Amino acid sequence: MNFLIKLIKDFPAYLFSGLSSLASILLFVALWDFGNQMYGSLALPSPKETFYTLYLMLGNDDVWLDIIITLKRALWGFLISAVLGSFLGLISGLFLTASMMSRPIVTVLVGMPPIAWIVLAMIWFGMGDYTVIFTVVVASFPIIFVGALQGTRTLEGDLKQMADSFNLSFSQKLFDLYFPHIFSYIFPAWVSALGMSWKIVVMAELLSSNDGIGAALGIARSQLDTPSALALVLIMIISLLFIEYVLLEPLKREVELWRK
Amino acid sequence: MEKIEELIVSKVSHSFAFNDILKDISFTLKKAQVLSIVGPSGGGKTTLLHLCAKLLELEQGSIKNSFISCACAFQEARLLPWKNVIENIALGLKAKGIKKEQRENEAKKMALRFGLEKKDFDKFPKDLSGGMAQRVSFARAFIIKPSLLFLDEPFSALDIGLKKELQNLLLKEIKEKQLSVLFITHDLMEAVKLSDEILLLDSKPVGHIVNNYKLLLEKEKRDNVYVYEKTAELLNDKHIIQAFDLENK
Repeated sequence: MNFLIKLIKDFPAYLFSGLSSLASILLFVALWDFGNQMYGSLALPSPKETFYTLYLMLGNDDVWLDIIITLKRALWGFLISAVLGSFLGLISGLFLTASMMSRPIVTVLVGMPPIAWIVLAMIWFGMGDYTVIFTVVVASFPIIFVGALQGTRTLEGDLKQMADSFNLSFSQKLFDLYFPHIFSYIFPAWVSALGMSWKIVVMAELLSSNDGIGAALGIARSQLDTPSALALVLIMIISLLFIEYVLLEPLKREVELWRK
Repeated sequence: MEKIEELIVSKVSHSFAFNDILKDISFTLKKAQVLSIVGPSGGGKTTLLHLCAKLLELEQGSIKNSFISCACAFQEARLLPWKNVIENIALGLKAKGIKKEQRENEAKKMALRFGLEKKDFDKFPKDLSGGMAQRVSFARAFIIKPSLLFLDEPFSALDIGLKKELQNLLLKEIKEKQLSVLFITHDLMEAVKLSDEILLLDSKPVGHIVNNYKLLLEKEKRDNVYVYEKTAELLNDKHIIQAFDLENK
């Protein structure tokens, strides 16, 4: 409860610190408008036109449906990789052999471009939900896996010894020593995996699905409807900024107050 | 009759893989006594302490510890980085299952006793200086009211002022609470100031006890002159010269 109150109390100060980022975003919009004046509306619609299209779009139920579909896929993909990645990462961190063996596999997973996975997934699962979710899982799993792996591998012997010298019970060691340490590694991994999921989901949809924001983006492209395409991009960026800065960042700050 | 509290170490040997570290170590630590083990770095002093504190499994020999409670303070403070000062101090009480409110009250008292201030209570270890962290580490050890304290060079990273302050606090606790201390150090002067008996642990060829030196003067009466003279005397001792390899340097 205390934690929640502190979270809410610190929130305005956090928002205020965001003013400088707001300034840089506005500067970016100004540059964008300059680009529009240079190259014309077909190549780069003006910010005003784009925001107006966005406004119209948000009045349209179909667009909301697309957003929800995409969100659902991204979250499913993220959840699956979070559960799998955390669990497997923790386990392999506990065994030296497992962590050594998993290294090359992780390198392969990280190095393999998501686009290759999409092609494979399309062959395996056809067009639709599974292909998209699979691609998201494959792309964000290694990030979480590595985070969890490092969390368990870096548990310090010194602190363990200290805990033993004070006769801490196993459950106390679990909650006061192991979890906080591992969490400090796994939480940032979750954050970056969530960001990754959001990017990958749109790409996968564009190539392998008939609905969702990615598919809508594909349609806008085929109709050379640049304002709509840009408006969709805006939806993606704004929702990513919202998730990252309004939901996750304040949480991260509170959880990791002890860190520098 | 009350049970006699003592630590009896007899014929303890230890090795890591094929490296023999300690051989045939025997000594006895009695109630209200401070026993220092001095010797060159890498001579197995810390291993010996860990064996006594049951942080390592005993391989050969026997260690009988009849002290009611024990605590450790290490060379580094070893605080939990995600817990603030008070929570860190209260850790040992938490392990004993004492309720949050009570243990935090006790931790606050102990923190003040060890020279921490109210404004430090909510700080995390990252915001503490080395000296403050070591104060917290001492408070954490003392809060469980140990009858035997294991100290592994806890003063070696502190400046001389702080060193003196913490040593005096330690002496006060020893006198008031009849505390026994097993003290590991490589600093002869420190050992002379704090201990009743000094054991010299030579690392060559395998860690063994070469000699022991008894210091009979009461600890409060040991002024600087005494400490300097006694240390100088020890530095001329042939066993110490050999153990620390003083002649060839």
